[in-house]
Amino acid sequence: MKLGNLLRTAVFGAAMVMPTTLLAQTEIQWWHAMGGRLGEVVEEISAKYNASQSDYVLVPTYKGGYEDTMTAGIAAFRAKQQPNLIQIFDAGAATIINAKGATIPVAQLMADYGGGFNVEDYIPGVRGFYADSDGQMIGMPFNSSTPLLYWNKDAFVEAGVDGPPASWEDFEAMAPKFAAAGYQALAQSHSPWIFSENFMSRHNLQMATGNNGFDSTDVKILYNNDELKMHWSKVKEWLDKGWYGFYGRGWGDNQDAFVQKKVAMWLGSSGSFGGLSKSAEFEFGAAYLPYWKSIIDEPKGTFIGGAALFAMSGKSDAENKGVADFLAFLTGPEMQYFWHKETGYVPITNAAYDLAKSDGYYGTTPDAEIGILQLNQPGGEWTKGYRLGYYVQIREVMYSNYEDIFSGKASVDDAFAAIEKDSNVLLQRFADTYK
Amino acid sequence: MKRVQFEHSPIPYLFVAPQIIIIVVFFLWPAGQAIYQSFLLEDAFGLSSQFVWFKNYKDTVLNDAWLQSAGFTLFFSAIVTFLSLALALLLAVKANEVIHGASTYKTMLMWAYAIAPPVAGLMGNLMFNPLIGDMYQFMNATGMDFDHKLDGFDAGFVVILISVWKQVSVNFIFFLSGLQGIPKSVIEASTLDCKSSFRRFWTITFPLLAPTTFFLMVINITYAFFETFGIIDTTTQGAPGGATTTLVYKVFQDGFRGADLGGSSAQSVVLMLMVLALTVIQFRFIERKVHY
Repeated sequence: MKLGNLLRTAVFGAAMVMPTTLLAQTEIQWWHAMGGRLGEVVEEISAKYNASQSDYVLVPTYKGGYEDTMTAGIAAFRAKQQPNLIQIFDAGAATIINAKGATIPVAQLMADYGGGFNVEDYIPGVRGFYADSDGQMIGMPFNSSTPLLYWNKDAFVEAGVDGPPASWEDFEAMAPKFAAAGYQALAQSHSPWIFSENFMSRHNLQMATGNNGFDSTDVKILYNNDELKMHWSKVKEWLDKGWYGFYGRGWGDNQDAFVQKKVAMWLGSSGSFGGLSKSAEFEFGAAYLPYWKSIIDEPKGTFIGGAALFAMSGKSDAENKGVADFLAFLTGPEMQYFWHKETGYVPITNAAYDLAKSDGYYGTTPDAEIGILQLNQPGGEWTKGYRLGYYVQIREVMYSNYEDIFSGKASVDDAFAAIEKDSNVLLQRFADTYK
Repeated sequence: MKRVQFEHSPIPYLFVAPQIIIIVVFFLWPAGQAIYQSFLLEDAFGLSSQFVWFKNYKDTVLNDAWLQSAGFTLFFSAIVTFLSLALALLLAVKANEVIHGASTYKTMLMWAYAIAPPVAGLMGNLMFNPLIGDMYQFMNATGMDFDHKLDGFDAGFVVILISVWKQVSVNFIFFLSGLQGIPKSVIEASTLDCKSSFRRFWTITFPLLAPTTFFLMVINITYAFFETFGIIDTTTQGAPGGATTTLVYKVFQDGFRGADLGGSSAQSVVLMLMVLALTVIQFRFIERKVHY
């Protein structure tokens, strides 16, 4: 009985696979880290691509979170079973880009197989992060997001505050009103990304030596600076005053505090827009990431977070051609606009941005444009991002020390001294490994 | 003198072969790989590699983060082992005395055995969620300033509570069967000799349970060292400030999250040696006191 079932399944399965092999379509494996609603959109994109042509079959596979996906890709590469395309997140970029020969730079792939590549087609904010020091794009930015401030409009009315703060000075002025109205004023979901990396970009501060790590692996971290320490002293002060809510280091826990109206403002990702629209039972708005007037008069743009798609090496020409074909499809204006609308991630090409504008999307949903406007704010010397090795561990060091600041276990000075020391040990290890 | 030569049949080897193969494939081979990898500095994708002797050990073992983690691991394992054994023993002794509805009690107490550690962790995580968790509300309602997201002690309490809860039922099953294996005649004889049930327990029952207790202790220490990974990953993830990072979790963070294969391998080799030493100590010094 059981064996019979098994046989039937096998025969049925074979029958399902047969037509594809008969038509000699080339299979393109795509490993991604998009769960939940985002995963559904990835499936839709793949279905659209497969329906649009008959030469290739794109097979998307969800591999868990960002780190899980990277680890799966590494293990697969070592076993020579790597997928054609893999999604690698910002903090893992140094690991894959410095492993020379693990990937084919997308700029080269598109030029060789996909009918050309022009970096000028992409919006300025996304060009640099996944590129090498010469500006050649190694990974194709996929889900590109940037930190934004979301504010609960009802809470603002209750507290008698007009609108979101542009600067942290404004924030400090309005925070007591939220406290009086029974709200914590602020929570945020990613201390390293929002309150460290993009803090440096927003205030045009250098994050690491060696051109923020783009020029070399032999670099030192520059987090132990007065500006960042001042910011964290303030955050600790806000926490003690009840203006700042800390719900753990989990992304969702802090977002939930906003959705459940515990906090009036939440710093999250531009990619959170789609999810919030579905879960929040109140009117909310999106605004730029605040900055300190005491540090900079005119804030600079932030850089993209999220992840990029990397074409893994060791594949046949036919498959590489398919990858290039899919990337061309994915970066086309219609698909980018679809992705942008469904998820809130920014469109990465100028053409897609223009399409969204001409379609009147921002007329009806002006908040959806905030992310891209912030990315397109004037850049400075230090706004293109960073390329730092073992950055996943460095973020872990930062999380730990920030928690020690919050709990009072460490002073701000001690915490940043520890971050500097431990990060530099990790960077040195990375430099020794990836010579 | 004449040596006696016995004819050996290959059949016994055939019978132990499956077990030997499993040990070789799932323990010796990966352990060997870990030792080899721990002497290498290799990029994650395996494209370049250098032999560096003990550099990985020097970099990742005995530094502040590792020592904090080792300290927590020892403390955590001791507490989890002791509490899971003590509570399970108490429950087993009490359940063994129950006459009416005995099987209901027993079934209820064994229930949690079917729950995998990550599931137990997820349940605990929900109960201690600052926004919706009943346990979180309860702890704060009792007047404690409970905040496991920032207080290392409170976070330790959460992971210990869940780990013990999960393990008690396993121990309960073993203790209960151990108790039922004690001959009735011995119990009856002791009842005639001694009135105090407390004293009877410690002088008669407990020594007779020693083999079970010893076995469970070895199992529980291994559980606390390794299997609680799933609970930590679904609750604190080592936070706050690395206060609940066990050594296994650190190996995972560095190797599987951070792609530092050499450093992670070095740590796992050290961990392997620690557990090996611990097991030797247990068998050498504690097992002597056990009468079978």
